[in-house]
Amino acid sequence: MTFSDLVSFTLAALRGYKLRSGLTLLAMAIGVGAVILLTALAEGARRYVEGEFSSLGKNLLIILPGRSETKGGPPPLLGETPRDLTLDDALSLKRMSAVAKVAPLSFGTAPVSWGSRDREIPILGTTAEMLEVRHLKMASGRFLPDTDPHRALPVCVIGSKVKDQLLGGRSPLGEWIRIGDRRFQVIGMLSSRGRSLGLDVDDMVVIPVASALMLFNSPSLFRVMVEARAHEEIPAAKRQILEELRHRHDGEDDITVITQDAVLSTFNKIFEALTLSVGGIAAISLLVAGILIMNVLLVSVTERTGEIGILKALGASQRKIQMLFLTEAICLAVAGGFLGLGAGEAGVWALQTIYPSFPVTPPAWSPPAAMALALAAGAFFGAMPASRAARLDPVAALSRR
Amino acid sequence: MIGLEKVNRIFQVGDQTVHALRDVDLRIEPSEYLTIMGPSGSGKSTLLHIIGLLDRPTSGRYLLEGRDVTHLTDQEQAQVRRRRIGFVFQFFHLVPRLSAAQNIELPLVLAGVPARERSGKVRQTVQAFGLAERSEHRPGQLSGGQRQRVAIARATIMEPSAILADEPTGNLDRATGQEVLDLLENLNRRGIALLVVTHDPEIGRRASRHIRLVDGRIVEDRRNST
Repeated sequence: MTFSDLVSFTLAALRGYKLRSGLTLLAMAIGVGAVILLTALAEGARRYVEGEFSSLGKNLLIILPGRSETKGGPPPLLGETPRDLTLDDALSLKRMSAVAKVAPLSFGTAPVSWGSRDREIPILGTTAEMLEVRHLKMASGRFLPDTDPHRALPVCVIGSKVKDQLLGGRSPLGEWIRIGDRRFQVIGMLSSRGRSLGLDVDDMVVIPVASALMLFNSPSLFRVMVEARAHEEIPAAKRQILEELRHRHDGEDDITVITQDAVLSTFNKIFEALTLSVGGIAAISLLVAGILIMNVLLVSVTERTGEIGILKALGASQRKIQMLFLTEAICLAVAGGFLGLGAGEAGVWALQTIYPSFPVTPPAWSPPAAMALALAAGAFFGAMPASRAARLDPVAALSRR
Repeated sequence: MIGLEKVNRIFQVGDQTVHALRDVDLRIEPSEYLTIMGPSGSGKSTLLHIIGLLDRPTSGRYLLEGRDVTHLTDQEQAQVRRRRIGFVFQFFHLVPRLSAAQNIELPLVLAGVPARERSGKVRQTVQAFGLAERSEHRPGQLSGGQRQRVAIARATIMEPSAILADEPTGNLDRATGQEVLDLLENLNRRGIALLVVTHDPEIGRRASRHIRLVDGRIVEDRRNST
């Protein structure tokens, strides 16, 4: 039997019970579609997080005061408080060869008022370099001036939401607002970019770091953001930072340096595991579709007992009968699989259209993997009915009408 | 051409042992026209099935065209059935979803003959059996006589050396049965051995040789002189 004969014979047989074949196709299509759609969602989540991280800036290292590592040995006699991470600590890092930019960060909230309007707003104290380190964009005016970071200039840059709530429709530039008990002149407005890893740039006031330290009355920075000169220099930058700050802190390792890469690869690992497990859960529906194929074929073998008898009488061997029914199972699986691919892609397209900011995309491996699983399910669950058909006694099969 | 030596066939039906054939010895020459008669359950169909390689003897030997086919594998048996033997059944046994022409084509499809070579042969056969106008009809749209003609056409398309017919007229009225029998006898005249299992003594009289089975034994083997 030639291949094309095998396929056309099978398709004709499947057309003989359209409803049953159709429902099986539907089940298989749902299975494959579910695998593609769910893995696309998980992959979308991964890409979203990755995008958020890269929007933070490139080649970033983040320095936190305190050491997030447990060490052996006896507990210290006196409570060990982490040394402050000071502005001078941060500025000293600028001398490191692998370091391109340094942005010290001081963070807190303070009452901000303009005229009679008054709100508690997150305050970010930093330097001019923050603009480039975090890839922030200006909507109007300019960012903090690039002067001596120790100077507590009375200027500020505000987010769009702050402007709307405090100043209403007027242009904010040149207005004086009150933060805590100090007055600051608005010199710029940040471009709206939505949330960026927990920091809402729209709802934020940026002031010089020296002003912020004064405002919060604390010498300690919240953290320091450092941009390495190049991607390859991130490990060198980390080493240099640790060395320099250990030296400055009397030999104590009391800071933590997080590299963006490390965080990102951790997130990637988590999301890859998530994608796989979600895909695995969806693959259960493929199993169910496979069982449905088995059911359809078992009914078909029973109904077509006479036909099987004729085929044997006309010279079909057991192997040929087996192949006919196996081909039927595989045709159902493949056709259902392709329908599912279409449905999955359509679903992905629909989600992309409805939520353009969420990067829903199936990972490259998921459509072929879903198809392969569909095929395997078809072959696996088709095997039993096929061999049952092949083993039918021709005489008994022919005696049934 | 066909040689059975001491063939026994024993069935186990529940806890009962049925001796369907007992020590059957039979030689059939090429182009012989043979009827097999006997009461129900005498083993007629079993004999036909064993000769057609749809069933295997419990003991004994079966030689087909000088070759021992008793213990062939399933694949080899299938091939012998395909090439050397044509079946015709009482209930026609056409594939209901296939047209008359497709049913006739089926043995060629199973034999793996490419579509190009098939079409001419199928057209020829359809014409020879007077089915040209009905070739695209499904079995359900054909009369009993037409269905049996399709079945005979299907049995002959591989040019077998023997046609085995199990009550080929049993489901047809007298006139149609006569036509079908004429068709089979014509094939026999062209050199194909014809074995017919029947209840109809009329057919028995037309055949050149006649055997009678009772309880799995050949009790009568008579050649008609005509």
